[in-house]
Amino acid sequence: MKEEFIISAYSENHIGLLNRITIIFTRRKVNIESLTVSESALRGISKFTIVVREERSRVENIVKQIEKQVDVLKAYFHTNEEMIFQEIALYKVPTQALMESDQIERMVRKHNARILEITKDYTVIEKTGHKEETQELFEGLNKFGVLQFIRSGRVAITRSANERLSEFLAERDALLASIEMKSN
Amino acid sequence: MTAPSKEFMEMKQKAMQITGAEAVIRSLLEEGVETIFGYPGGAIMPVYDALYDFDKQVRHILTRHEQGAVHAAQGYARVTGDVGVCFATSGPGATNLITGIADAMIDSTPLVCITGQVASPLLGTDAFQESDVVGISMPVTKWNYQITTPEEIPTAIAQAFYIARSGRPGPVVLDLTKDAQFGKVDFTYKRCEKIRSYVPEYPLDKESLKSASDLINSAKKPFLLFGQGVVLSGAERELQEFIEKAGIPAAGTLLGLSALDSEHELNTGMLGMHGNYGPNIKTNECDVLIAVGMRFDDRVTGDVKRYARQAKVIHLEIDPSEINKIIKADIAVLGDAKKSLRMLTRLVKRQEHTDWVNEFHQAADIEDEKVIQKDLFPVKPGLTMGEVVRMSSELTNNQSVVVADVGQNQMAAARYSKFSKTRSHISSGGLGTMGFGLPAAIGAKIGAPDREVVAFVGDGGLQMTIQELGTIAQENLPVKLVVLNNHFLGMVRQWQQLFFERRYSFTEMVNPDFVKIAEGFGIPGKQVTTREELKVAMKEMIDNPGPFLLDVLVEKEDNIFPMVPTGASVSDILLSAEE
Repeated sequence: MKEEFIISAYSENHIGLLNRITIIFTRRKVNIESLTVSESALRGISKFTIVVREERSRVENIVKQIEKQVDVLKAYFHTNEEMIFQEIALYKVPTQALMESDQIERMVRKHNARILEITKDYTVIEKTGHKEETQELFEGLNKFGVLQFIRSGRVAITRSANERLSEFLAERDALLASIEMKSN
Repeated sequence: MTAPSKEFMEMKQKAMQITGAEAVIRSLLEEGVETIFGYPGGAIMPVYDALYDFDKQVRHILTRHEQGAVHAAQGYARVTGDVGVCFATSGPGATNLITGIADAMIDSTPLVCITGQVASPLLGTDAFQESDVVGISMPVTKWNYQITTPEEIPTAIAQAFYIARSGRPGPVVLDLTKDAQFGKVDFTYKRCEKIRSYVPEYPLDKESLKSASDLINSAKKPFLLFGQGVVLSGAERELQEFIEKAGIPAAGTLLGLSALDSEHELNTGMLGMHGNYGPNIKTNECDVLIAVGMRFDDRVTGDVKRYARQAKVIHLEIDPSEINKIIKADIAVLGDAKKSLRMLTRLVKRQEHTDWVNEFHQAADIEDEKVIQKDLFPVKPGLTMGEVVRMSSELTNNQSVVVADVGQNQMAAARYSKFSKTRSHISSGGLGTMGFGLPAAIGAKIGAPDREVVAFVGDGGLQMTIQELGTIAQENLPVKLVVLNNHFLGMVRQWQQLFFERRYSFTEMVNPDFVKIAEGFGIPGKQVTTREELKVAMKEMIDNPGPFLLDVLVEKEDNIFPMVPTGASVSDILLSAEE
């Protein structure tokens, strides 16, 4: 059974790694629902957040393949319930529609969205939330004619306290040291 | 005495600097490289220029095509266990390496391929002979990296060798821009010992080994499958000690074959599509299946839904991504095969499974009667591939390095060679690359100059890399080349016969006179058409101190059996076309 999973991968910040990671999905014909890459809490370490709808066993194998990449430090996968996640959406609506009634303003308040910029021609509204939430606001605003719309990839952090990268790196150093000792 | 002037110090400093190109050669020397296979061209010329001064320390083999260079490097790596090194220029030079790199990736062969690249200001401009080698090779390399400054060279090469040879080995590509080769660098070299983001092997988990040994101790019908992981970790002796103590019959994958003496009483043969009858049917009868350093390739498993369902599976494997990839393991032991097997041997009870082992012998007798006797002692006048291979094996006392191309010749070589030493069987397993055999034999001979190297190639595969006869001639390499010539793309023809109603669509070949071609390269050769001529000609080939080509005209429409048809279960293995 396919379900939604969030894959998090930590890697060295090297050129080409995004490609190395995405071809793992391409090769298996697995669609990436969303992808976000940014620097993590530690300088020089990038974090990939990848959302897929797939069977658990396939995701397990994909995560192992990601982790197999030499420049990847660690990769995990989680269900939505195990993570706190958000997306950001931007909506551009005609300013005239905003002026003609208070419906757009009510909608912005109701959805905890905010207005970023107002010009004579257009108004830009921003909302963060789950996809369903940003989509719901889109449906509402679109009654007045959304001129442009964009939704970001997902960003996510775990609910557990232990995904602390510095701790992981200390563990990794100890692991590598133990292997060295064994081989010497 | 006055202190030297700043200008003097700067001049002295500059004098100690070397070019990036020379840094490449010096770095390779630091890694113990003695042989490089390659082909020069514009974008790698500074490196070749630097190589000119090191001809005493490094042997460079000029192949006739970059594909020949990479397959030769693979043959060298497989026979020695060292990293194979090759050079190619940018653009077509680099793309010509890709087949061999993909082959090395799937067969876990350690390679470092250094490709020239256009100067960094030209990157991405579609410059002459520019291709995105890093992008192209990404899916088929363990690691790749583009070097654009001379300062990066020593570190990148050190990392490349460390990654290529450690853990599960694999190919690495370093793409080196021309300006990085020309630039100057203060050369110091330090071997790479670890990379933060890379764990070559995990420490052994004693608990899983204990669980594995408990299961093995309680097994009535245990069966062990050994793959190339045993060879790569040098665990041949540990494998033998383990199966002898626990009394477990074993069978090898194509790439694992020579890890265990063919004549060992517990060696039951080869697994897979054209493997032996016993190992295939017994896979679906054993109660515990122990897989060591193998990855359950589809050519081994047949239909996975009907593969060893009755058995508890123990998987000893160094690469975490292979565990549960194809076959779910009841117990997975992550780690190096040598260490795992050594520990496991200590934990298992000394046992014999006489009745169970005898069942393999009975299966072998059936196969012998229905297949092997017909192949080795045919009643038809036409020569079989099997009898040619077996004769070569006997005449070399089962001591030769057997290199095989791909197709029927490969399966005949694997089935009818006997191996008494490890690293004696070199073939393209995962990718199945026709054209692999001849250049791989070049690398194998250079890697093992004291061993007889006999390469079995088909008439199709030979013509894919036949130009490498030029390399053999130039280096006067005593490679023995046996062409199993049936004027067909034999394996495709076999499938057409069995599964496409004998519609032999474009598989028949009109061949040149291979002996004359060899003679054109200055290589002696002989054609054999009858059984009477075979032994004399083969002896002549082996006794000849230099290279030799034996063109053996074999039965045109012979088939390789047993066979597990695609999609069938391993227990549905066919012993003949009539079944």
